[in-house]
Amino acid sequence: MAAPAKRVEQLDRVVIRFAGDSGDGMQLTGDRFTSETAQLGNDISTLPNFPAEIRAPAGTLPGVSSFQVHFADYDILTPGDAPNVLVAMNPAALKANLADLPAGADIIVNTDEFTRRNLTKVGYTVSPLEDGSLDEFAVHPVALTSLTLGALAESGVSKKDGERAKNMFALGLLSWMYSRPYESTLRFLERKFAKRPDLVAANKEAFRAGWNYGETTEAFSVRYEIKPAKMLPGTYRNITGNQALALGLVAAAVRSKLPLFLGAYPITPASDILHELSKHKRFGVTTMQAEDEIAAIGAALGAAYGGALGVTTTSGPGVALKGETISLAIALELPLVVVDVQRAGPSTGMPTKTEQADLNMALFGRHGEAPLAVIAPKSPSDCFHAALEAARIALTYRTPVILLSDNYVANGSEPWLLPSVDELPDLRVPFATEANTEDGRFLPYLRDPETMARPWAVPGTPGLEHRIGGLEKADKTGDISYDPANHEFMVRTRQARIDAIPVPDVDVEDPSEAASVLVLGWGSTYGPIGAACRSLRQRGLTIAQAHLRHLSPLPANLGEVLAGYDKVVIPEMNLGQLAAVIRSRYLVDAVPFNQVSGLPFTAATLESMLEDVVKNG
Amino acid sequence: MAETVALQLTAKDFKSDQEVRWCPGCGDYSILAAMQRFMPELGIPREKIVFVSGIGCSSRFPYYMNTYGMHSIHGRAPAIATGLSTSRPDLNVWVVTGDGDALSIGGNHLIHALRRNVNLKILLFNNRIYGLTKGQYSPTSELGKITKSTPTGSADTPFNPLSLALGAEATFVARTIDSDAKHLQSVLRAAAEHRGSAFVEIYQNCNIFNDGAFDLIKDPSTREAHLIRLEQGQPITVGNLNVVHPEGSFGLKVQEGGTPIVHDATVDDPAYAFALSRLSGSDLNTTPIGVFRNVQRPSYDEIVRKQVLDAQAQATGAPEEMLGDLLNSGDTWTIL
Repeated sequence: MAAPAKRVEQLDRVVIRFAGDSGDGMQLTGDRFTSETAQLGNDISTLPNFPAEIRAPAGTLPGVSSFQVHFADYDILTPGDAPNVLVAMNPAALKANLADLPAGADIIVNTDEFTRRNLTKVGYTVSPLEDGSLDEFAVHPVALTSLTLGALAESGVSKKDGERAKNMFALGLLSWMYSRPYESTLRFLERKFAKRPDLVAANKEAFRAGWNYGETTEAFSVRYEIKPAKMLPGTYRNITGNQALALGLVAAAVRSKLPLFLGAYPITPASDILHELSKHKRFGVTTMQAEDEIAAIGAALGAAYGGALGVTTTSGPGVALKGETISLAIALELPLVVVDVQRAGPSTGMPTKTEQADLNMALFGRHGEAPLAVIAPKSPSDCFHAALEAARIALTYRTPVILLSDNYVANGSEPWLLPSVDELPDLRVPFATEANTEDGRFLPYLRDPETMARPWAVPGTPGLEHRIGGLEKADKTGDISYDPANHEFMVRTRQARIDAIPVPDVDVEDPSEAASVLVLGWGSTYGPIGAACRSLRQRGLTIAQAHLRHLSPLPANLGEVLAGYDKVVIPEMNLGQLAAVIRSRYLVDAVPFNQVSGLPFTAATLESMLEDVVKNG
Repeated sequence: MAETVALQLTAKDFKSDQEVRWCPGCGDYSILAAMQRFMPELGIPREKIVFVSGIGCSSRFPYYMNTYGMHSIHGRAPAIATGLSTSRPDLNVWVVTGDGDALSIGGNHLIHALRRNVNLKILLFNNRIYGLTKGQYSPTSELGKITKSTPTGSADTPFNPLSLALGAEATFVARTIDSDAKHLQSVLRAAAEHRGSAFVEIYQNCNIFNDGAFDLIKDPSTREAHLIRLEQGQPITVGNLNVVHPEGSFGLKVQEGGTPIVHDATVDDPAYAFALSRLSGSDLNTTPIGVFRNVQRPSYDEIVRKQVLDAQAQATGAPEEMLGDLLNSGDTWTIL
């Protein structure tokens, strides 16, 4: 491919956003670009953003789907605040994303779609490509559709199939611009269209045409390189939070040597966990798509009673429906993992947008005194380890555990340093097999003095026949009891046994060891909070960061940590739910900082807020 | 099996140490006694038997059986039992429920358990009233029922539980009566022998809030004229009347003369069992008891387990090894 020599510039980081109509294949394009980028060894973080409608009317603002990828030659924590490059496949995609672009950003537009009709659909009376409104940006007009069709003129595919390949043209162009290795994409196309060799050829051709267009046309004078990031040695793969969570549950089944039973009802954004687990039957994984959310958790609890690792996966509305069964699991003291991939609420809310507003429900959203363990992953790959931790607590301490993921980590992706299987925790727990009193009786509520867990005596075990239920149980025997003193004792015991679960201390990151402001977060805000803190420190300010994985019980050292700072700031994607817990529990005058837009915090938002707190108190 | 140990169990072995706390005279006592007498016949060790119940008077049942048992929450027993039965094929799982539990709050789970044909025996104690909450009308109470919550009469048409079960694709559907121990045990036996979901409606008298609800078919003076005993291979009659299938009609009719139809619960077309279920309404005027439908269809739990077993049979290597391969699958890259 001899071509005019193009200038090559070195960059340390780039944020690209691919945006188009829901049917334009932007998620796939972003995914492939991410995979190519991972192969190169850059650090990556991604953020898909798509409407809940499967196919909103074509060319409209509600139909815009986008995928943002941030990659760099150093380790990064977020998908990036503002894109350096926007690929806009139609006027709607341009309009919907323009406000996020900083001056000077590159915009690659598909001019074929800038027709009068499409412009009118989104309220442009004059084409923004012609009225000077984009002057502060570097606009690259490319006739993506017609160039793709031109490249495929000889291929024999239909016009419709040809047009659909335009995303591969765009990918080819961007892959050229950023010097990405493309072999994995060609292999991917062979797999994806294995049954249609004509489409394999057409999509490969569209990709090549896009690449060559960048190389030969004068519209693109610069090519960029981003060196690999310095990352810990090991084998990596790029992974989304939902995938990682599913793999973590499979790992938990292997490491506990128990069959895994998943009861689930389809719900956005949790369904991908059900899809993923349904592929892994060879690990003894049974997945049941139940008739409703209540049946899903009921079946999981029934399986747990029978000695399986019982799991149910859902989002906020589903947890609300499961509440009564979670309380039953608390009364029965059986292990159960409840995964809540949070989305914007209340009610149906915004199913494809993110929020952390189910913390109150996880901690308190049940009738009676119904304590359980709650943990939250901090990043997509951390979902793997969080799932193992949830299973460990559930199995060891015989309790339901709520795992609070959210749409941001569930659908976002990042490189994951693959763990070695034998380093994963051993989750084996014994079933009861014999009587537990000196006189040869079996008492189903006689506790292990160390874990305060009752015996897991599964049906089928001779001699241990017993009855359990939701009615209050007498201590030790488990018989029905209405005794006031016994009820008081059992309520307090259920709380005490959750409080006594040993969880790791919370770490504080403060390289200066001189910070007076602590920023405390939980769950998926780890990335933007961390990025904001780094940036502040680079500018010479001091700030301490602590991040909670365990929300119930809270780490034992948390009170002491909080007491060590003049000011504690708690950013959350809710109206201050953790802040309220911290304030009431530790009597610390924590300052909440809240955003409930359905979008994750940007690092810049947090940086500016934290800067103000550090400087002005 | 290397050896067969003959089980020498008696009804007494199935009595738990818990004091039975139903109201004196409740029909539940006779059902419990019939069950405890029947259980030894199964030849299944006690530890392999599990009773799962929901909420209501009937749902106290598991506490009184010396087997494994779970008294769960309102309406959810079929869902919980589905998870248990699917993951533990070695167990013999029974669901005990009532008309409110199964047909009102838990209606969804009941119909889905039946359509899946999960290997469960579902016993619905139907007393046509809410007993534990002290006397409100239930989804099987007759239209116009005067209760505490409906002082001027209930306004909703009741379910016919058997018609509902048949509509939900149930493979085994039967009805029996609390006071007829012999018939009750024969139906339990047939249900126990069925592979898949077995649905048994048991007319049960609540002597406190709905006493005498089934007297018409219990009282010796009226019984013979109103009770139809379904026997496999026998003509269906009631008193001097025959159950016939009139030419050009969709259903069955009770009339003088004509040729009584011969009962066959194994008829594949559920229309037959459905027509039988429609012979009685709230008035109990011509009420069949016995096994209405008994057909074979693959069960959910068997299919699901086979999928898992097939996948496991094709798997190579230890689980840890396979897990390592799974984690390392997809596009990976290595940094030295």
